[in-house]
Amino acid sequence: MSLVGARVLRKEDPRLLTGRATFVDDLLPANCTFAQFIVSEHAHADIRHIDISQALQIPGVLGVWTALDFRDYPDLPGGLPDLERPPLATGRVRWAGEPIAVVVAEDRYIAADAVAAVKIDYNVLPAVSTIRAALAPDAQLLFPQHGSNCLVTVPMLDDLDRAMEACDERAQLRVVNQRCAVVPIETMACLADWNIDGLTMWATFQAPHHLRNKVSAWLNIPQNQCRIITPNVGGGFGAKIVFAPEFFIMPLLSKWVGRPVKFSQSRTEAMLQMTHGRDQEHDLEVGFDRNGRIKALRMVVTQNLGAYADPTGLGLPVLTNWMAGGCYKIAKVQTAFRCVVTNTTPVAAYRGAGRPEATYAVERLVDLVARRTGIDPVEVRRRNFIEPQDFPYETHNKAVIYDSGNFPALMDECVRLLDYETERKRQEAFRNDSSKPLIGIGFSTWIEIAGFGPNGSLEGFGHLASWESTQIRIHPDGSATIFIGSAPHGQGTETIVSQIASDELGISFDRINIVYGDTGTVIQGIGTLGSRSTPMVGSATKVASQRLLERAKKIAGHLLEASEDDLVVADDSFSVRGTPGKKVGWADVALASFQPLRLPPELQAGTLEERLFHESPNFSYPSGAYGCVVEIDRRSGKVRVAKMVLIDDCGTVINPLLAEGQVHGGVAQGIAQALFEEMQYDPSTGQPITSNLIDYLIPSAPDLPNYIAGRVNTPCPNNPLGAKGIGESGAIGSPPAVVNAIVDALSHFGVEHIDMPVLPEKVWKVLSTATKGST
Amino acid sequence: MTTRVNISINARRYEYEVEDRTLLVHFIREQARLTGTHIGCDSSNCGACTVLLDGQAVKSCTLLAVQADGQNVSTVEGLTGSFNGLSPIQEGFRQEHGLQCGYCTPGMLMACTALLAENAQPSESEIRHALEGNICRCTGYEMIVRSVQWAAAKQVQQ
Repeated sequence: MSLVGARVLRKEDPRLLTGRATFVDDLLPANCTFAQFIVSEHAHADIRHIDISQALQIPGVLGVWTALDFRDYPDLPGGLPDLERPPLATGRVRWAGEPIAVVVAEDRYIAADAVAAVKIDYNVLPAVSTIRAALAPDAQLLFPQHGSNCLVTVPMLDDLDRAMEACDERAQLRVVNQRCAVVPIETMACLADWNIDGLTMWATFQAPHHLRNKVSAWLNIPQNQCRIITPNVGGGFGAKIVFAPEFFIMPLLSKWVGRPVKFSQSRTEAMLQMTHGRDQEHDLEVGFDRNGRIKALRMVVTQNLGAYADPTGLGLPVLTNWMAGGCYKIAKVQTAFRCVVTNTTPVAAYRGAGRPEATYAVERLVDLVARRTGIDPVEVRRRNFIEPQDFPYETHNKAVIYDSGNFPALMDECVRLLDYETERKRQEAFRNDSSKPLIGIGFSTWIEIAGFGPNGSLEGFGHLASWESTQIRIHPDGSATIFIGSAPHGQGTETIVSQIASDELGISFDRINIVYGDTGTVIQGIGTLGSRSTPMVGSATKVASQRLLERAKKIAGHLLEASEDDLVVADDSFSVRGTPGKKVGWADVALASFQPLRLPPELQAGTLEERLFHESPNFSYPSGAYGCVVEIDRRSGKVRVAKMVLIDDCGTVINPLLAEGQVHGGVAQGIAQALFEEMQYDPSTGQPITSNLIDYLIPSAPDLPNYIAGRVNTPCPNNPLGAKGIGESGAIGSPPAVVNAIVDALSHFGVEHIDMPVLPEKVWKVLSTATKGST
Repeated sequence: MTTRVNISINARRYEYEVEDRTLLVHFIREQARLTGTHIGCDSSNCGACTVLLDGQAVKSCTLLAVQADGQNVSTVEGLTGSFNGLSPIQEGFRQEHGLQCGYCTPGMLMACTALLAENAQPSESEIRHALEGNICRCTGYEMIVRSVQWAAAKQVQQ
């Protein structure tokens, strides 16, 4: 029986359910010390003086270090030339929370005392916390040497005016994709132990080899003396592929104090120092005809980078521009973007990274076209879809060639499971009944770019390459260990890879284990990001298993005196087709593989090991149709998601239970962005005002609905599994479905758009204005 | 200022001289070295540090170790049962995919354990409200609700 496609329970769970998993902060080696950062209390200031003398007097404090101590080391990798981020603020601080100095002490309480004892004298500068303020003519510059707070501008190649003028109608829309905090429940932590044999660092990270390459280069030590281990990691969502200064500073502190040094962020520190996501403003225009057919689309993105240009932050508007056309056949799409620095926490990848923003823009526009033409939004979508026979479909950007999909089928299934007609009737019936909530129905039909990626796609973000590695090792008893270059942190990749390998190798699921997250044992790797693990490492494992099995069959055939072509493998043994009873166990074949006297002459001992770096010719393009029904309380303006239908196309599904889990989690983050979450700053001072989980609202169980999930499968043609990836889908598809539903509910008040997060107050203002107007 | 505190954790006594300001969660993790209990925030919002104190679910990041002196604490390491050693609620999370990264899970399990001890057959709404103080960033909660329902159904069968 095939395990691929089956609801297999996770290998990862027993250790996580019993408290026996090891996360970074659980480690406490002998003689361990604790680090803590002194961070800027101002959003923008020059540092006049740092007084560490009182901190050094505290018993148990081992030292305090500032930027001066790191002057022999370069800036952090990956920024823009001359605008890089230093490991500690040097001369100037650019956001409230930027690390200025670091203490090491015997325990974390003493470290906290020392932090409080460091005195810093600032010359406070005006702070710019919004895009508008940063671009004002007289704005205070973050990098005076650059001459502007706008660091990058990628202009439009063709301004589209002629195409727009030829359209029956045009509509403009300005949307804000607000700044979100990523908030993995495990904050950032690292433990560095640099001793005579080299550096070992345990780190909360999604790409251990990537970090190893950069840290060893920064420290100027050989890679074989720089071992990075990412043990169990408590969620990442993009924020754990960022070169945070802690990962570069901790090794040196360990070297300097001659002991292991551990650092673990508090939540408040994480809210200020862990990179944020989204934070784009879009100026959009769409041209269309009276039948709702979209002819032209213009997207201009302004990306708030925060205080420094993170490499993935710079990539966000690129991906947004790439995916501007969504799942629609639009003759002319033109895009542009610019990146702006502000006195706020740097912005980088957050689940979806640029694609949620693109999807939100185009899905809001499609609904606007429906509104202006009076045609049902489902029908407008159907009239504009790229059809199944159009694939592969070359978009406005040559880098983006959609692989496969079936949008009409996704839409049909979504409408069916939502019970669309009934909901429309309910909406109508409730609209003029003040005892009932206002009903709104919204859709989002979306496509995203995943499976990163084809050669060249990750190199731009500073990665070594874009393949993913697998290495399969058969032990003498016929059990298997698979070393993978991915670094999962909740995705269930151990289970997924074991399912694939078990099917191919005929070795039981329970006799396969997966090793990852350790540069000392895994050959090389890229990491877990961009919905790539199943398409990339899953495909690598499938092909490597097949290659290894060919040699195993040679050995089995030799032992059985049968032709290898007649062998079938299942249930941990090889048998001869048509000759029941003639079989040899995997254990014996594995044993023979290490015993030259029992091997066929063309094979050598140790032959049952296979490694493969899987390259992909294209990205993969997961897609879906999400439908949402909201109920709005007329008195408070509170929005409740009453129904959420999720139809996904992720190609081949390896494990439906895990695929559904990924979608649920992504949708929860998407609903959270639509309704609850926003990282806010006081515009006059640049002080963060949502810097803990009291002020920043992460939804809990009562705030979110149950989900109705369905599926359409069009296999990905670009990898041997047919899998497209599903990690980011939910976060990409859901925000516009929710907001479209809210705008639909309020449409009879003349509302055409409402920005996220749609807090009760915003809706209440619409409702109270409308009520006043009618009386 | 230090105080000698004696706390029973999972029916084993731990006696240490600790600073008065030592948080219970640090006593559990760093003195008793039971690292299954996690820390996810500093404002008692996330619930990753939830343990049972004399049977009540509490957030161990907002209690001092001295406040738990002489009392009984239960942590995830103390959960046991007939499902290959797992309790019904632990097995429910496994069966219904109630966890992904697993970081919030020990706190969730303890909050769920307290819920089922108080209310053996909670409704969906009661489950969701009982878990209001525990944040999960991975699952979207529906599968956690199903996990609790699985455990509640098993407890009835047994």
